[in-house]
Amino acid sequence: MATATHMHGRIGESIKRKEDARFLRGKGNYLDDFVLPNMLEMAILRSPHAHARINSIDTTAASAMPGVIAVVTGELMAEHKLAWMPTLSGDTQAVLATDKVRFQGQEVAAVIAETKYQAEDARDAILVDYEILPAVTSPDGAKGAGAPLIRDDKEGQKDNHIYHWEAGNQATTQAAFATAHKVVRLTSFYPRCHPAPLETCGCLADVNSATGKATIYMTSQAPHAIRTVFALVTGLPEQQIRIISPDIGGGFGNKVPVYPGYVVATAASLLIGRPVKWVEDRSENLISTGFARDYHMTGDLAVDKDGKMLALRVHLDSDNGAFFSDAQPTKFKAGLFHIVTGSYDIPTAHVTADGYYTNKAPGGVAYRCSFRVTEASYLIERLVTNAAIELGIDQAEFRMKNFIKPEQFPYTSATGWIYDSGDYPQAMNVALQKLGYDELRKDVDARRKKGEVTGIGIASFTEVVGAGHGAEFDILGLRMFDSAELRVHPTGKALLRMGVKSQGQGHETTFAQIVTEELGIPAVDIAVEEGDTDTAPYGLGTYASRSTPVAGAATAMVARKLRDKARKIASHLLEVDEEDLEWRVSRFQVKGSPDRAKTIQEIAFAAYTNLPEGMEAGLEGVHYYDPPNMTYPFGTYAVVVDIDKGTGQVKVRRMVAVDDCGVRINPMIVEGQIHGGLTEGFGIAFMQLITFDSEGNCIGSNFMDYLLPTAWETPSFELGETVTPSPHHPLGAKGVGESATVGSPAAYVNAVIDALSPYGITNIDMPVGPDKVWAALRSKGVTE
Amino acid sequence: MKVAMNVNGVARSGDIEPRVLLVDFLRTNLRQTGTHVGCDTTSCGACTVLLDGEPVKSCTLLAVQVQGRDIMTVEGLAQGATLSPIQAGFHEEHGLQCGFCTPGMMLVGTALLERNPDPSEEEIRWAISGNICRCTGYMNIVKSIQHAARARAEAQATPPAHAGAAVGGE
Repeated sequence: MATATHMHGRIGESIKRKEDARFLRGKGNYLDDFVLPNMLEMAILRSPHAHARINSIDTTAASAMPGVIAVVTGELMAEHKLAWMPTLSGDTQAVLATDKVRFQGQEVAAVIAETKYQAEDARDAILVDYEILPAVTSPDGAKGAGAPLIRDDKEGQKDNHIYHWEAGNQATTQAAFATAHKVVRLTSFYPRCHPAPLETCGCLADVNSATGKATIYMTSQAPHAIRTVFALVTGLPEQQIRIISPDIGGGFGNKVPVYPGYVVATAASLLIGRPVKWVEDRSENLISTGFARDYHMTGDLAVDKDGKMLALRVHLDSDNGAFFSDAQPTKFKAGLFHIVTGSYDIPTAHVTADGYYTNKAPGGVAYRCSFRVTEASYLIERLVTNAAIELGIDQAEFRMKNFIKPEQFPYTSATGWIYDSGDYPQAMNVALQKLGYDELRKDVDARRKKGEVTGIGIASFTEVVGAGHGAEFDILGLRMFDSAELRVHPTGKALLRMGVKSQGQGHETTFAQIVTEELGIPAVDIAVEEGDTDTAPYGLGTYASRSTPVAGAATAMVARKLRDKARKIASHLLEVDEEDLEWRVSRFQVKGSPDRAKTIQEIAFAAYTNLPEGMEAGLEGVHYYDPPNMTYPFGTYAVVVDIDKGTGQVKVRRMVAVDDCGVRINPMIVEGQIHGGLTEGFGIAFMQLITFDSEGNCIGSNFMDYLLPTAWETPSFELGETVTPSPHHPLGAKGVGESATVGSPAAYVNAVIDALSPYGITNIDMPVGPDKVWAALRSKGVTE
Repeated sequence: MKVAMNVNGVARSGDIEPRVLLVDFLRTNLRQTGTHVGCDTTSCGACTVLLDGEPVKSCTLLAVQVQGRDIMTVEGLAQGATLSPIQAGFHEEHGLQCGFCTPGMMLVGTALLERNPDPSEEEIRWAISGNICRCTGYMNIVKSIQHAARARAEAQATPPAHAGAAVGGE
């Protein structure tokens, strides 16, 4: 009998991270750590106004300041046809303003100088004469009669409307509403927030004046897509552009788009012939780069007399800022928002969406979210809790009654999604058990009798992640496949290169483990490289929880290709038919004679030294994986809160999170992702807000105004899991990086609303700060 | 103007403008890039270094303000190939993801354990509340510092025959 060989680092094992070694020693290579010979630094002058005409820009004084090499304006960029650039949604965006500024923080001019301090000094010496125009700061303002036209640069644009988009079936939905026993409505604003990774965005552009090759170090979650966009924008041949995404200090969607600073720095390097670095400061990051959410939503849920959901009707107005630069698949103007029927078997639904320009920063990135799934999940989960309260049914029971049942998978939703797998009742049961729900409900009743304000919130989210498949999902026409290239060296060590790009998710460990599982090479012997477009195979990058569903699948597939070749070599080495060989962890052995075996290392050596006649040398391959469907991770989150009537302060007493992301490759890393997501969800629910005054001044432009959770506020989390493999993913895995940010805000807010429901309070929009809770309680006559 | 200080036990000096921030002196002049800039407003703690053993935010100190004093950065934590207890703790407990806040977190943790070798969870959370992490949700950072506290206690209980058990990271 063959003894099972233990192979360190296979799927399911929480091995420690390979990438830690450099970060622990301060030896990570983040964008701002790079210094090139003769490097210059760039600073960007931004508009102080939300909407203003530019009468003139005087750069005379700035140009004469010490160390200044060049001052770049929109006029100069226009000479090179670079004053405007295409966005990821097929709109246009100003690189440097020529006619008007359309949001506070918009890029107006740039100074390139010997040092950063000199560039910033000179930036402050640029004089701009503005004629201030009225500002639009909301979709309602954008569609109001007499609203100023923001995009007067666009031919044929007569108003501030960007798009109208629909999903589902209007007629059947209307008919179902006509028969409803009850219709529950929730009007909800998911406010603007910002991903705020701890490292801001930046680039270091180095255009070689002799060869014309542009090497651009960039904080990009999607370096290959950026290379293609750069080729299209600048007209440079694509082989002359090399994007290098080095170590990235968090992304969360903020580092997906192309920002004007990247284009200006690259153009400056091209014109000056020296490397140019641009790193934004925190205020620049918060006021000008990819914001998130800003969806004004109304949902109506029709229910019959037995508490069964009949139909869902949703409308949203989306505030896209001054340029429609959201990154989302071409077909879906409001992202994947039409997953809004969530975990429920709702027979019919109709979703309408309208997008509007406003005088606010552009972006609309999916902040730790798969293309607007967060807003959808929030709306349905808040609506379901409100409906349960209104119907007098327990929140958990109402969900159980309406869940898509395990036997209904694959399940086609009313808006056309095909859910791959799920067991929602099981995840709910694990969460309720962990929480001790029945006892806790009694405890809540008892506490309320004593005058305490306390409640339990539940959210049972379903996500849709892992875009493509390529026929349905693309960015600017680029199909959303992803890739892995695997080279096994003669000594049996390996190099894995991928089209995605880690920003802290632990790819160097997780993807090595997939190779370990499939090809039996220990994870420690596998180097994982990402982010260099000259060496990595083409891919669409890391966002929308797509790395494991797409690139992870590609890794498994390429490893299997190599294993097939390894079998042929083993057959040659052992002089037996391929059919007589069986794979055991890390070797091929002869069936019935386990002593006759060749390890993967022996086979790898033979691939370069002792091949079967006619076989191509080497043991390497590449696989481009276009998934047949999205994956649908899900879970149930439950939160217990206590509210101080005197101050309105909400305290999260407990947070139980049960996630089902299919097969977990490295459980330690998965749990780390969930911890982080629950914390960002906590921040969004209670603290993080980017808002504007009536003149369009951004309030939330630094970390003293834009509040992020610290260790002090953040609750401890109690995690649980169920495992429902994805039937179409080669490893059964689903994405997980964003589940907790998607699912948790509704759970936190549902707990607050449950606590306040005895007083007739049915909604408080996020962030649920003590001021709002205090005012809501006072409005119902509740005092200390 | 001239400035001189001890950085990780080594005498370093430079000729700089008076307005140069300590973080810029460390990163640009000394090329010690483990100290990061996250916010510019003393809010996030990515730039934390130890000044005579106490955590300070180097984005809000001028380099000339620390004339003649001792600075410790993340580059000073490991002894050769051997990680310090706090570094080993962060590795073992998965206390880092993107790694950008990690130097500041580890230095705060180091200073905490110097003055309070056995901190409670609440004391750890309070100590690191000036440092923002966007990835981990802090639970594993708390565990990492607790791990280090245990390792230090064990090291003190046993004679220093094997100073470097923890290697951490490949």
